[in-house]
Amino acid sequence: MKKKKSLSTILKSEWPLHLMLLPAIILLIIFAYLPMVGIVMAFQDFVPSGGIKGFFTSEWVGLDNFKYVFGMKDFTQVLNNTLVIAIMKIIAGIIVPLILALLLNEVKNRHFKKATQTIIYVPYFLSWVVLGGILVDILSPTNGIVNTILNFFGQDSIYFLGSLSTIRGTLVVSEVWKGCGYNMVIFLAALTGIDQGLYEAARVDGAGYFKQMLHITLPSILPQIILVTVLGMGNILNAGFDQVFNLYSPIVYEKADIIDTFVFRLGMLNLQYSVSTAVGLFKSVISFLLITVSFTLAKKFANYQIF
Amino acid sequence: MKIKSTPARKIFVVINYIVLSLVMFISLFPLIHIFALSFSSNSAAQAGWVTIFPVGFTLDAYKYILSEKQFFVSFGVSVMRVILGTVISICLTIISAYAMSQPDERFHARKIYVWFFMVTMVFSGGLIPLFIVIKSVGLYNSIWALILPGAVQTFNIILMLNFFRGLPYALTESALIDGANYFQIMAKIVVPISKPSMATVGLFTMVNHWNSWFDGMIYISNPTKYPLQTYLRNVINSVDIASIDMNSVGAMTNVSQKTVTAAQIFCAIIPILMVYPLLQKYFITGMTLGSVKE
Repeated sequence: MKKKKSLSTILKSEWPLHLMLLPAIILLIIFAYLPMVGIVMAFQDFVPSGGIKGFFTSEWVGLDNFKYVFGMKDFTQVLNNTLVIAIMKIIAGIIVPLILALLLNEVKNRHFKKATQTIIYVPYFLSWVVLGGILVDILSPTNGIVNTILNFFGQDSIYFLGSLSTIRGTLVVSEVWKGCGYNMVIFLAALTGIDQGLYEAARVDGAGYFKQMLHITLPSILPQIILVTVLGMGNILNAGFDQVFNLYSPIVYEKADIIDTFVFRLGMLNLQYSVSTAVGLFKSVISFLLITVSFTLAKKFANYQIF
Repeated sequence: MKIKSTPARKIFVVINYIVLSLVMFISLFPLIHIFALSFSSNSAAQAGWVTIFPVGFTLDAYKYILSEKQFFVSFGVSVMRVILGTVISICLTIISAYAMSQPDERFHARKIYVWFFMVTMVFSGGLIPLFIVIKSVGLYNSIWALILPGAVQTFNIILMLNFFRGLPYALTESALIDGANYFQIMAKIVVPISKPSMATVGLFTMVNHWNSWFDGMIYISNPTKYPLQTYLRNVINSVDIASIDMNSVGAMTNVSQKTVTAAQIFCAIIPILMVYPLLQKYFITGMTLGSVKE
């Protein structure tokens, strides 16, 4: 069987497999590859009226769009907001789930443990439209429940979503509220995997709970902590479009406008197609580099690979 | 545990239970609050008296929704996109993953295809180019704009591909020798034994479709064709967040806006809560399905 098969025999036996892939390939060409061709817009003065044909017929302007973007005052602001919000989210998104997992791991009552887990995931499966609607309501400065409670304790109302000093905090806290179940599962799985014999040996040696945590628990789940951190780094330019878009408003743009919302407004509202695509491309390139680096690191330090 | 508890330990355990109970409460409180609001009288809602129980119980908000035709139309659009989107996506996932799970000697072009798929995971055209493509191919304002662009879920295909590769080789080899073709093997052998992983992938596809709102907002210009989440976003934003600042209490006099919005939000959550036991069950399976770990 060492002999190489001819092309026609190969085709004869393998055509059904090609056929199976045909529908997906067609869809990918239209909805993934054709838009990739469209990236050329970033280097053109794109004329929208021509549709796809515009990709090929619009006038080339070199790097003008990029120069225009980098010259915008808003852009520096947006880039800064994105990084700050994303980094805050990454850090909070590790610490809170980690603490919760550690606390939950100490719970001996099975039913309580199960109930806690079940309930903590709930917000994770709801959309930001729904959660945004809820947050706008409960955080309302006039009659939201949170401010009613604050007033009850003699505090002044805080306009969480509408003042520059609180918007970022609100974004981070609500993100943690929605998403902490996910990382908690990862940490909890690692915690349950720790050999109980280690703890017993430590106890025999007279180590208290705190020492056990410091010398056994934390080192044991370090790979998962590194993994989550490193994968988070790849997302540093994704500060969460869905969330921000549903919670921000022009009065807080200064602190809450991120790259993705900026791209959206430039493109869909101001119809500056080429400029918007240029910003998007800038973000994609940086993100691609970061993801490559983070996956390499994840593989190196946590032995994690996705493919 | 036979170790005797120290007093410090006992205190810790008590505090631990209290803290976790508090966390549970915080996780659920906003949902319960919205639920209570939707059954409360408008005056109680406006005054901010509602916490976790309805105040001045009334079904007015739900009665109002019943008269709101667009709510049902949008609900229907969402149901439609969930069904069509999930069925199409699952079918594409299975046939594509099955074909690409064949060993190289059975499928010589395999690697080329795998690369073709993988590239789309890393690179994308971005918002505007995709928008222009969708407009140019005539999907603008059609429900297919919500289904086709995301129908090929490369990540899910890779998951299934890995799963198929893990199946015993002999299972399909003998059938192939007996003269069965690839379609028969896929339908009669591979699909039946992959039902659990298909269920996982299908479930999360359904949830994603139900929760999507952005595509409805940009690809559909006719509000009567909005899916529920996009419709809901419009309802919520009609009370512009920016306008509810401290000085413009007057903007909120719009009669039952607050309770009606709460009721509509709650209705959009119900389908998720209905499949929640399943989601909970497959959540961890889905996560471990994703990573190949040693």
